[in-house]
Amino acid sequence: MNIYKIVWLELFNRKSQLISGILAITLGIAVIVAIQSVSKVSKENVAKKLDNLGANIMVLPQGGSLDDYYTSDIDAPTFPMDYVERILNSTLQGVDNMSPKLTRRVKVGASSIVLTGILPKSEIASKPVWKGIGLASKDIKTACAPSANKSLGYKDKKLQRKVVDTLGLSDCLVGSQVAMRLKLKENASLTISGKTFKVAKVLPETGTVDDDRVFANLATVQKLLGIPNQISAIEIMGCCNAISDGLLSKLRNLLPDTRITTINQIVSTQIETNQLMNKVSLVFFIIIFFVGSISMGNFMWANVNERKKEIGVLRMMGASKSTVYKLFLIKSIFLGILGGIAGYIVGTLASVILGPYLANITVAPVYIYLLWSVVLSVIISLVGTIIPAYMASKIDPNTNLQEV
Amino acid sequence: MIIRIENLTKQYNHHDGLVKALNNITFSVKKGSFVTITGPSGSGKSTFLLSLFGLIKPTSGKIFFNDQQIDNISDNELAGIRQKNVGFIMQNFALIPYLSTIQNIMVPLVLEKINKEEQLKRATEVLKFVGLENRANHLPRELSTGQQQRVAIARALVHRPSIILADEPTGNLDPALSLEILDFLKKINQTQNITIIMVTHSPTAAEYGNLRIQLKDGALVEHKEIIETVI
Repeated sequence: MNIYKIVWLELFNRKSQLISGILAITLGIAVIVAIQSVSKVSKENVAKKLDNLGANIMVLPQGGSLDDYYTSDIDAPTFPMDYVERILNSTLQGVDNMSPKLTRRVKVGASSIVLTGILPKSEIASKPVWKGIGLASKDIKTACAPSANKSLGYKDKKLQRKVVDTLGLSDCLVGSQVAMRLKLKENASLTISGKTFKVAKVLPETGTVDDDRVFANLATVQKLLGIPNQISAIEIMGCCNAISDGLLSKLRNLLPDTRITTINQIVSTQIETNQLMNKVSLVFFIIIFFVGSISMGNFMWANVNERKKEIGVLRMMGASKSTVYKLFLIKSIFLGILGGIAGYIVGTLASVILGPYLANITVAPVYIYLLWSVVLSVIISLVGTIIPAYMASKIDPNTNLQEV
Repeated sequence: MIIRIENLTKQYNHHDGLVKALNNITFSVKKGSFVTITGPSGSGKSTFLLSLFGLIKPTSGKIFFNDQQIDNISDNELAGIRQKNVGFIMQNFALIPYLSTIQNIMVPLVLEKINKEEQLKRATEVLKFVGLENRANHLPRELSTGQQQRVAIARALVHRPSIILADEPTGNLDPALSLEILDFLKKINQTQNITIIMVTHSPTAAEYGNLRIQLKDGALVEHKEIIETVI
């Protein structure tokens, strides 16, 4: 037998007290686990959706209009292409893809179209809808999406490959609306401002302004419009978590003479959701920390009072004060471990069962939370026990000895 | 001398004034003695017993255990001396309710950090000695009062102490059981040469002692050494 077995036997001798002792901690941990599990899935879902939307940050020159994110690059003033390199050479984290472009309205016969010069591979990568038709290679993914190839994380040098010219200088991609209006098909010719392009692909309908665009090689468009090495916008696919962490302000510091905007509604919603979840978790954590500690302290205090005679007997037989102190701390750790495990199970079950009904999401158990639950629970339990355990160690060896 | 006491005094503050629970007690105990302490209620018997190894702090006086002064040492040092050298038998047995018979007996060995095999060996030995080997896994509430006191005796013996302090060990037992327990203590005293200091109300129990002390109002009023002769 050892001191741990004595504690264990005492613990299970009073089962109802055991349950009431860990109830507050169990419920507290369950709430945190449930919130965190739902929050994790929710963040991942939003991240996926944001990635599917494509680029989410627009870098425009000063004076560019911010009225409409999707048309803000059209006829905007220009700025040097070097800005792209400035971003590439920076230590910014969370820039998953960049797409510099130059956009102007031009006339084709009687029709007015939007001509956009792009660096094609990056442009394609930033528009996942296009990838579905086989225009993009597979190696461009976003780092924040759970399904992403993690090797393409924040600091991966492969990111630089995203600004690579692979579209022929005389090829163009035609939006579905333009193709319909100008009756264009694949391999047809399209003459813009005297330059003849071959239609490499008619793009599928996206329901956005891109359907009215003609995309051509950036270098060709710059030459055609007579503004070499200038661009009117850089579209960036920023990792949603990085945006939440202040990517926009970092970009503004890097490119002070530009205007940087984002898909406000989506990103701000994501940021707000993340912040709300974090705040809720923090508030719950603080409440649970205090309630759990006080509850455990209360339980231990009652336990110490109830066991005064027994403690007196142990002290009489030669148990030191530190041994008595240790007895209660060990009990506290046992209770913390049990409370943490029970809390994790209850919280995980609640999120798995209720997640689809309450938040319309499917939640899977997050096993690492078990470790955190136990650690947190043990800390709460120990904090609550310190004072009662100290009081127990101060109990006189002759306390109630005559009445034992 | 295993115990030497010089001018032991214990005073309590009471709203009626200062109360002298022990008043200037001086005497010595030889190793292997069976000391009985008698006296009317409130005479200071239990206070005296509990003062010997620091369960009650005396107000003044000196206590020596094996010629080491122990009235002026720290709580932890006193706990260490109790752990290794002293066995306690109390009127109400002082067993831990959620531990079985054998587990209760092992407690002093756990405190002394004796290994598991040795714990089991020694506990089984003393359990056999008190005749409760078939009650090893019973909880205290499943034992009779006599059996509970025998468990308490086994627990007091298991760590091989040099002295046992017994506070009214037969106080809760009927006369027949009392004699059985007293015989047990005598046997321990004689066969294992363990010094026993026993507080008792009972004149019959007092006769088991070869050093009989009587207290009254905290003062030693009688000190009688009995020379036992073997015929």
